[in-house]
Amino acid sequence: MEAAIYVENVSHKFGGRIALDSITLQVMPGEMYGLLGPNGSGKTTLFRMLCTMLPPDHGRIRLMDKNASASAVRANIGVVFQHPSLDARLTVLENLRHQGHLYGLKGRPLSQRIEELLDMMTLTDRAKDRVEVLSGGLQRRVELCKSLLHHPEVLIFDEPCTGLDPGARRRFWDDLDILRRTYGTTLVLTTHFIEEAERCDRIGILDRGRLIAEGSPEELKRTVGREVITLETRDPKGLQLQIEKIVRRDSQIIDGQVRIACDKGQQLLAQLYPLLQEKVQAMTLSVPTLEDVFVQRTGHGFQVEDL
Amino acid sequence: MRMAFWLPVVSLWRRELVRFARDRNRLFGAIGQPLVFWLLLGAGFEKSFAPQGIASGYLEYIYPGILLLILLFTAIFSTISVIEDRREGFMQSVLVAPVSRIGLVLGKVLGGGTLAFLESLIFLVFLIFLDIPISIASLGLTLIFLAVMGIALTALGFAIAWQASSTAGFHAVMNLLLFPMWVLSGAFFPAEGASRWLAYLMAINPLTYGMDGLRQSLYLTTSGANTHLWFCAIISVAFAALTLSAAVWQVYRIKN
Ligand SMILES: Nc1ncnc2c1ncn2[C@@H]1O[C@H](COP(=O)(O)OP(=O)(O)OP(=O)(O)O)[C@@H](O)[C@H]1O
Ligand SMILES: [Mg+2]
Repeated sequence: MEAAIYVENVSHKFGGRIALDSITLQVMPGEMYGLLGPNGSGKTTLFRMLCTMLPPDHGRIRLMDKNASASAVRANIGVVFQHPSLDARLTVLENLRHQGHLYGLKGRPLSQRIEELLDMMTLTDRAKDRVEVLSGGLQRRVELCKSLLHHPEVLIFDEPCTGLDPGARRRFWDDLDILRRTYGTTLVLTTHFIEEAERCDRIGILDRGRLIAEGSPEELKRTVGREVITLETRDPKGLQLQIEKIVRRDSQIIDGQVRIACDKGQQLLAQLYPLLQEKVQAMTLSVPTLEDVFVQRTGHGFQVEDL
Repeated sequence: MRMAFWLPVVSLWRRELVRFARDRNRLFGAIGQPLVFWLLLGAGFEKSFAPQGIASGYLEYIYPGILLLILLFTAIFSTISVIEDRREGFMQSVLVAPVSRIGLVLGKVLGGGTLAFLESLIFLVFLIFLDIPISIASLGLTLIFLAVMGIALTALGFAIAWQASSTAGFHAVMNLLLFPMWVLSGAFFPAEGASRWLAYLMAINPLTYGMDGLRQSLYLTTSGANTHLWFCAIISVAFAALTLSAAVWQVYRIKN
């Protein structure tokens, strides 16, 4: 099957700072692809390239046919930005009409499409309100409507859930599910929420401009091992040495905690149990998360501050 | 497939008008300050300043200059939003839509230009307090100059705003470039009395010709059309074409 999006060896610098470093990935038609990464990892930069706003310094990006012009690509993508793109002084309806006009839609067909989408997002009774009086969650839903107006084949979202509370986020993801079921749209989205990445078909993990892992969430988690043991301690360094002596295993120190990836966690836990009294405040055994994948591949925690 | 060119242009243009109509502050902002300027400067210099050929004094002399100032202020107000809109606001979605860059510039500039024109129309009402004989021809020509200069200044504001990284930077350019351009357009004092280097600066300032054209249009009934008026018209139209091209060029040039 022909991929819907090709990103080939893309690198980009801002001044001297490397924002993206040889990224290669593909997204299949109908797939939901997540780009997971902490702040500053290059998500928005890659997003801007995908939606034709920023030409990469190096490498190639291809959406649709390789000969498609920028404007043909633009006509076929629906975009939600990290920052709001609605005109707060206009009403919901005015915003959507204007958006339709940008895509050559007008008159009856446009009104019908707007009605249909407002209905789908249960926004119909807010249509005449100015955007500035809507809550953040409602505004985000209008943004979603806006991106869908022209029946795009590919949706590209940059942190679509920023500023939403957990309830609104859940609601947004339910909306996405409806959308995919209805139209079978290809969807690329960036996020720094692990839980959101878990819901994608496939994800790419970005760290400091590099794609450090790619695959389905299950695949990626399997690479870590079946289980993860986390030890809370006041002396991570010392504990690490001790663990090496007792069970001959590698461990990692992340955010002041010691982590061990393993396959038979229960046995290991039993072996480490004696440490609980003297060195260790708490021991947890859990199945790996995507955060563990990130930690294992990068050697640092997901919330990096030292950029 | 080619999108209809004018649909997005008209839509962008209308957005400018709707936003403006919903913001009372802007209506008075762009006209209030020039009005105060006019009254204070006019009254202050009334006695000390006596330009040749103008009987009724300084208030009348700077009247066309204030018209130009209103165009300038409105142009600045309506393009300043571009700075934030482009990276983190409304313009983002225009940039990823299949809208030609020329259409984008035209919609925004024609919108801002229309507002500038309308604001100057309001100020034109004060003509009744001045002793300038007005005919259909002089009024018509004045309106044409106002429209052309309104578009030229909005396009200039757009071209500057598109590359500005902050509103503070835009204000700096305004204070260091746009406002001096206005002062040196003959709005404030004529080139005849000025020192030689000032007169040179005024001669190369494109606004000088818009200003002069505006002034001559207003006095058309008494002085009649002449070749100089045509010269002013050509320079002004060329200036508008140049600033529009600069605006389009900026949109193509700056990609991040
Ligand atoms: N226009 C720009 N000029 C200079 N540097 C930039 C620009 N845009 C991004 N950068 C830098 O490139 C790097 C990647 O930024 P990017 O916005 O892509 O990160 P992100 O993953 O989207 O982060 P966030 O989660 O905070 O949105 C950062 O170091 C950032 O400072
Ligand atoms: Mg970002």
